[in-house]
Amino acid sequence: MNEEHQIIVDQVPHLRRYARALLGDKALADDLVQECLTRAMDRLHLWRPGGNMRVWLMAIMHNLHINEAKRRSARPDQISLAASHENLRSQAPGQDAPLLLRDMSNALNQLPDEQRHVILLIGLEGLEYAEAADVLDIPIGTVMSRLGRGRKKLREFLDADGAPRLRSVK
Amino acid sequence: MNNADPMSPDDLQKFVDGRLSPEDQVRMEAWLAEHPEDAAQVHAYRLQNANLSQAYDGVLDEPVPAALKDIVTMRANRRAREARPAMPGWMRIAAAIVIFAAGGSAGWLAHGGAPAPEPARFAANAMGAHKIFVAERRHAVEVPGGQEAHLFKWLSKRLGVTLKAPDLASAGFRLMGGRLLADGPLPAAQFMYENAEKKRMTVYVRAADGNSKNTEFRFEDNEGTGAFYWIDAKYAYALVAPMGRAPLLDIANRIYRDLSR
Repeated sequence: MNEEHQIIVDQVPHLRRYARALLGDKALADDLVQECLTRAMDRLHLWRPGGNMRVWLMAIMHNLHINEAKRRSARPDQISLAASHENLRSQAPGQDAPLLLRDMSNALNQLPDEQRHVILLIGLEGLEYAEAADVLDIPIGTVMSRLGRGRKKLREFLDADGAPRLRSVK
Repeated sequence: MNNADPMSPDDLQKFVDGRLSPEDQVRMEAWLAEHPEDAAQVHAYRLQNANLSQAYDGVLDEPVPAALKDIVTMRANRRAREARPAMPGWMRIAAAIVIFAAGGSAGWLAHGGAPAPEPARFAANAMGAHKIFVAERRHAVEVPGGQEAHLFKWLSKRLGVTLKAPDLASAGFRLMGGRLLADGPLPAAQFMYENAEKKRMTVYVRAADGNSKNTEFRFEDNEGTGAFYWIDAKYAYALVAPMGRAPLLDIANRIYRDLSR
């Protein structure tokens, strides 16, 4: 393993966290990460040394996820992994999952994909706005507007009755 | 912006994420003190970030599944092999060494994916036989190299494949002889070579047993003894010597030049 490979390995926990929040299911999330790593290794010659490896990997994973979503909508009648993806996505984590995780997963699930992406990349993964724009391949202004709309919407789901449903964290 | 300016929606997001300049941050704080609705929004958004972390940070602490790490490490290793300039030479050698076991089939380079237990066992056997017999002074070989014709005729018959000796003289190694061995239930042949420095190298070969998974070339290193080995549709081979990867590869290149002449 050279330095690049080590940097990739170091990013795997972050890829897994993002994919888990995005898909809401551990096995599907790891499948996505696996696909992402396979593609990244195939395309490592395209990687520019000195670039941001996390952004590069997240962009690959994002494209895989988007393509999957497109395939899904192009063939709605087909029973496929994509279909089970959608089913699982719409299920909250089970009863044994921590309450916070269930609430969060439920709320994220209500958001359009495009808003969920920016909220997770920025709010969870801590990416700079410009980095998120690179990952999603959209202008930074679009990132900001999706972020604003997404957070507003998420807030409605989380404290619909006026009181925060989520416990405050210190 | 100044105190009198309404905050832009983007500034609000930046404040939530801690991306405002220190100056703007002070102004934003002043603004929020006067605008409780915006302040409530900021509070809610910060809570969102905190709750996202609390909900999903646990993933960072989970052990990474080996399958995911393997994608990177195995492909990294394969890339390293493919990228090594001497490699094509070595791959051609393998093709040439097929002469060694006449009738060698195509397909020897089939990619086998993860190391299967069987090739690993074969390599371990080759390594073990090397260590045991190179240590012998008087009985290192069963049939000496002086009886080369007999040696190869006999072992070809026992293994069920026609074998020929690769000439390693150009690499400074002369054939000492060979012996019949058991690789598990299968007959195997070991040929031993020695150079002027009394370094000994062995070639270990047997017929593939039909269930063998083809492998690409693999290198193993055990306490200073290196082995290149591979399995194709018909044969399993190993080249073992007390050398690192590079010198062993160099010898392999010499073999190739010799054989292809």
